[in-house]
Amino acid sequence: MNDSIATPSAIPGRLTRARRALAGAPLTARFGMVVVLAYVIVAVFAPFIAPYGEVEVVSRVPFDAWSAAHPLGTDQLGRDFLSRLIFGARNSISIALATTLISFALGCLTGMFSALAGGIVDQVLSRFVDALMSVPDLIFILMILSIFGSSVPNLILIIAVLTSTRFFRISRAAALNITSLDFVEAAKVRGETLLWIAVHEVFPNILPLMLSELGMRFCFIFLSIAALSFLGVGIQPPTAEWGSMVRDNAALFSMGDITPLIPAASIAFLAIAVNFVVDWLLSRASGLQDEV
Amino acid sequence: MNRTTHPILSMVLSRLGLGLLSLVIVSLVIFSAVSFLPGSYAAAILGQNATPEAVAAMERQLGLDQPWALRYASWLATAATGDLGMSFSGRPVVDVIGPRLANTLTLAAITAAIAVPLAIGLGIACARWRGRLIDRVLSTTTLASISVPEFFVAYVVMMIFAVKLQLLPSMAGIRNGMDFGEQLIRMILPILTLLLVILAHMLRNTRAAILSVMASPYVEMARLKGEPEARVVMRQALPNAIGPIASVVAINLAYLISGVVVIEVVFVYPGVGQAMIDAVRNRDVPVIQACALIFAAAYIGFNLLADILSIVSNPRLLHPR
Repeated sequence: MNDSIATPSAIPGRLTRARRALAGAPLTARFGMVVVLAYVIVAVFAPFIAPYGEVEVVSRVPFDAWSAAHPLGTDQLGRDFLSRLIFGARNSISIALATTLISFALGCLTGMFSALAGGIVDQVLSRFVDALMSVPDLIFILMILSIFGSSVPNLILIIAVLTSTRFFRISRAAALNITSLDFVEAAKVRGETLLWIAVHEVFPNILPLMLSELGMRFCFIFLSIAALSFLGVGIQPPTAEWGSMVRDNAALFSMGDITPLIPAASIAFLAIAVNFVVDWLLSRASGLQDEV
Repeated sequence: MNRTTHPILSMVLSRLGLGLLSLVIVSLVIFSAVSFLPGSYAAAILGQNATPEAVAAMERQLGLDQPWALRYASWLATAATGDLGMSFSGRPVVDVIGPRLANTLTLAAITAAIAVPLAIGLGIACARWRGRLIDRVLSTTTLASISVPEFFVAYVVMMIFAVKLQLLPSMAGIRNGMDFGEQLIRMILPILTLLLVILAHMLRNTRAAILSVMASPYVEMARLKGEPEARVVMRQALPNAIGPIASVVAINLAYLISGVVVIEVVFVYPGVGQAMIDAVRNRDVPVIQACALIFAAAYIGFNLLADILSIVSNPRLLHPR
């Protein structure tokens, strides 16, 4: 956790400390890390793993049953379900990850800037964020998507801006504790710019807290995008996405076929795994594990 | 000073004022969103084949030639009297949403009535037997279930009770003609799903609220006096945790709002959430505006309630440092 903060006095190297931290991780956290790694491998090597193409129609029979040629059958247009599931990992995870990183950068920078600048700038930014947060996210997203239309860049941008309010709140609060410390004062006296201070002095000190928030928000964004696609207003066909796969194949449920549950379960499984890791990071960051 | 005579009253009033202010800001955002609509609002109503004259006439009829601020004021004034304008389908928005709002409120009220006592009870149990089997099982399963998408829970519930066991109807399409018992039976599955979704959040937060009080010195003192653990939890910790718990409950009821949209779509339940999704697909802006306003008002209301409850139960918060 702390391995990213370079302190010259620390005797054990970063790698050693990281390894020690991993060795002390609870079973749930280790399980989570293995699952996340597996998902990443599937997402990166999707074209090599998937038996067929993402939008390739391989069968004349829509909703075909499980068979040797098509392990999970075919979807509503006769495309291979397993292949779409594998490409779905790539699309769902990369879009959610991009959104999370944009909103993380935006939220942290404005949050630290707000804390460092103080005064009227801080007040205006904070009140603006309060106003944004007083509308339920899903409703806000639905409204804006209905106006600008749902394309992937729109989706990423809207969700990133809305989620950055959470990063803003936390990074601002954490940065406020740091800004009064001597080394920040010293940097100010040296005449460093606010951006330099934010990145070099404040950010490394609030990183442990922000990392666990990053994981939590990734889950949240991942689930939001899946829910929007499920509602038919998120990622549009023919792109393979887990939420829309559930929706498109929902007709199978009434026949007692559980195939459409598999993408939903894949979403759930990844979110659970990330949450297990976050839970562990969070308890380490707050020092709870010493108390229990 | 007048302030000191009724500190709580003046606090509640100022919070209400703040809530009203954020509602006004939200309505401003919702209203001005329409002006970003690509193409003209009137052209969108009339469709692609409208002549320029027809569009101009429609704009006059809708008052779109008026200044922006004036239009906002009149929209707000008519919305306040319950008139939300006409939808693009030609029916008044109130007729589209009204009956559906009643359906959604019934669904939410029944869910809340079951979820709140259950969540608090289980949360107390977890705090009482902290680290024991029941706590570990509930903590892990709730951590897992808060990360599961709502539609997954919904389809699993549907799969088990409607398709495999054939106990209940899988679709919750209730109509006015049905008697209440029939409606209630059709509502069981959506309610069960909502319960599973919301219970996990509430339970985790209740447990955390009680545990944070359990770290206080007076709880330690009660233990040292030799009081039984159950009594320590019920008499010392719980009364002090009421405030945080109440605010947690209110926040989770606000969370119910976004959950209800997805679950209404899965079970084809005729509620406001479903209406909003249909309106988003058809770009029926007046209906979207009305739905967004209703959801935002409910959300702000619950958050306000949470805020007030936590301050009333802990007067120290009246004097922020």
